Amino acid sequence: MQFSYEVNDSYAEVKGVGRLNMVAAPKLREVVAEVVAGGSSRVVVNLSETDFMDSSGLGALIGCLKAARQAGGDLRIAGVQPQVKMVLELTNMDRVLTAYPTAEAAFGDD
Amino acid sequence: MTRFWTRLIVLLTVILGVNYVAWRWMASLNWEAWWIAVPLVIAETYSLIDVMLFGLTVWNLKIRKPPPPAPADATVDVFITTYNEPLDLVMTTALAAKDIRWPHSTWILDDGDRPEMRELAESNGIGYVTRGADWTPDMPRHAKAGNLNNALMVTSGEYLLILDADQIPEPDILDKTLGYFNDDKVALVQTPQYFINVPADDPLGSQAPLFYGPIQQGKDGWNAAFFCGSNAILRREALMQLGLVGYVKATEKSIRRALAASRTAIKKARRSSEAENPLVAQMLDEVEAATESAQRELEAGASLSEITYRVRRKVDDAVRTLVAADFSALQSDLEEIAAMELAHVGEGGVTTVASDAVERMSGRDWSPLGALESVHAVLDAISVERTDEAQPIMPLATISVTEDMATSMRLHGLGWKSVYHHEILANGLAPEDVKTMLTQRLRWAQGTMQVLLRENPLVQRRMSWGQRLMYFSTMWTYLSGFAAVVYFAAPIIYLTLGILPVSSLSWDFFIRFIPFMVVNQLLFLVAGHGIPTWRGQQYSLALFPTWIKACTTAARNVWFGRPLGFAVTPKARQSGGPSWSLIRPQIIVAVLLAVALVVGVIRLLAGMSEPLGTLVNVAWVAFDLVVLSVLVKAVLYKGFVPEVVGPERPEERNADAV
Repeated sequence: MQFSYEVNDSYAEVKGVGRLNMVAAPKLREVVAEVVAGGSSRVVVNLSETDFMDSSGLGALIGCLKAARQAGGDLRIAGVQPQVKMVLELTNMDRVLTAYPTAEAAFGDD
Repeated sequence: MTRFWTRLIVLLTVILGVNYVAWRWMASLNWEAWWIAVPLVIAETYSLIDVMLFGLTVWNLKIRKPPPPAPADATVDVFITTYNEPLDLVMTTALAAKDIRWPHSTWILDDGDRPEMRELAESNGIGYVTRGADWTPDMPRHAKAGNLNNALMVTSGEYLLILDADQIPEPDILDKTLGYFNDDKVALVQTPQYFINVPADDPLGSQAPLFYGPIQQGKDGWNAAFFCGSNAILRREALMQLGLVGYVKATEKSIRRALAASRTAIKKARRSSEAENPLVAQMLDEVEAATESAQRELEAGASLSEITYRVRRKVDDAVRTLVAADFSALQSDLEEIAAMELAHVGEGGVTTVASDAVERMSGRDWSPLGALESVHAVLDAISVERTDEAQPIMPLATISVTEDMATSMRLHGLGWKSVYHHEILANGLAPEDVKTMLTQRLRWAQGTMQVLLRENPLVQRRMSWGQRLMYFSTMWTYLSGFAAVVYFAAPIIYLTLGILPVSSLSWDFFIRFIPFMVVNQLLFLVAGHGIPTWRGQQYSLALFPTWIKACTTAARNVWFGRPLGFAVTPKARQSGGPSWSLIRPQIIVAVLLAVALVVGVIRLLAGMSEPLGTLVNVAWVAFDLVVLSVLVKAVLYKGFVPEVVGPERPEERNADAV
């Protein structure tokens, strides 16, 4: 899985292309840690091109959420595909994370 | 065919057992001696339920065929957990693990954080993991469960083979077990734990042939084979799912609790002296407004990250605004003073408030809110970071010192399947002295009781009734300590005082009791296929002080938060001579039994008691003494000496004989 990120005025957008599974999960953690350490604690993980996610991927998202919150910011997810939506519901993670339609909408309210 | 006979004998046991115990309750109680009659009938009822649960277990005994081959690209991490075991012992296991044929990565999970261990691992090309930076000293460590949870975050294999430091795996352990995971719903494959340093007569009762045999095979038949901590393969996805579900549950619970507590906390803060400051009072109003709206959002089904983010945002904004207002008042005061005392203003001009002061004074710890501990605690708890744990995702259950049983129960609760593979694929080391053995048994019993008291399997709605009863069955056996006390006391009381808990030892008694006992023993014989079960039966009675202590300490721990007095089982033999003091309660009981025997015979000769009653109770005492005698053997046991192979080394034999 390939990750890339882009920092703009109000937030940093991390994009993952491919399968966010147990192999990719540690990479996601590293990328987000790098973004937060660079001073952008408001992070959107754009999942519009992530067509598969497993529980390890979700676990990594929680780890990243913790890192962002501890730095005084937040982590949000956007562009969730059907399989990812299913995994979110299966693990009740939809109780914790709101899936925003787009990266722009994720921090739209503040 | 065996299945037919097993089931027939189970049915007979249940019928004859219920027949006997029902009669005991309804027609045989000696109410004049209710203080022993009632405990005895309760103990007998306990034993009947125990054997019925055993019968239910073997009813569905599952003999598995070898699984199909696994897909060649299945990735595996082999975890060797260690805390303080000798380095060479760990390395022997690690090197054997490295030689496992199926492609895999081997990791030593060293909770002792020993530099020499790291060096040895690295020089042998074996991965080395210790707790990461998140495991600060103020976080609960959760022993082995914490060790594994930490390692799960830094590795990425699809499957995990978990080995205790002393469990040396066979090279084909994965070839023989991975194929079970072709069934997408299988989360766990458990193989037996077998010990190579145990003599044939097994003085410490280390081997558990009944458990790693008919009991696990029976549980497997109900899709309830247990995870036993080592020699097991787990599916990472299942564990991570467990971690996520647990995280969501824990987070929601802690937020709900914090919101529920916020009203009281704010009320309390308003009464405190700090609240006389109007600034603080205003902040409290803001906090109250924020938590109240959070409560409404929670009811409306908003996501927890949104709710917590908004609360934090609102409170932080309010604090900043109020602190800024306070500072600007201060600033204008300073300016007024400067205006009045113009002549005295020095070269620096009007004093100004430092520009970052507002920012700093608004921080959690510095703001006036920080001083209000109750409010502070509530605000900290309204978060999704799970600040009370080192890592938010804790896949292996941490509610018990036997994380294995608790974890497999939760996996079953999520609908995953488990497999018991009945073939020895790893060889381990059992304790070689009584003290270590007792510590280990106590730990198992305590852990099991913790699970019972924290997550009673009988009320886990997502498990089938078969699964619930399989977990309950194992927990039930650990209550045997209380029954044992009664079984020791009853014959002593009869022989010394002549008080019989049964109204009469008549034909009615024997016709009901003896068939039940016979069929009961027959059940163990048939279900066990002739496996030696006597050692296990002895220990289940003889270790009564351990079982009772486990129940009381676990109850105190779960209900009152008191520590268990938990210790890691040492793998090396403890030095020193025979430690009789460890079995003091059993020695006292044995002495009382022997005294009762003598008194009983004297009373019989003096014509003070009847022959039949004396005979039955003497036999009973003899049985009790034979049961307890295992401990003499255990205490005198000097550790394992491998048998000398062949006659070609006579000098060693002679040395032993001296």
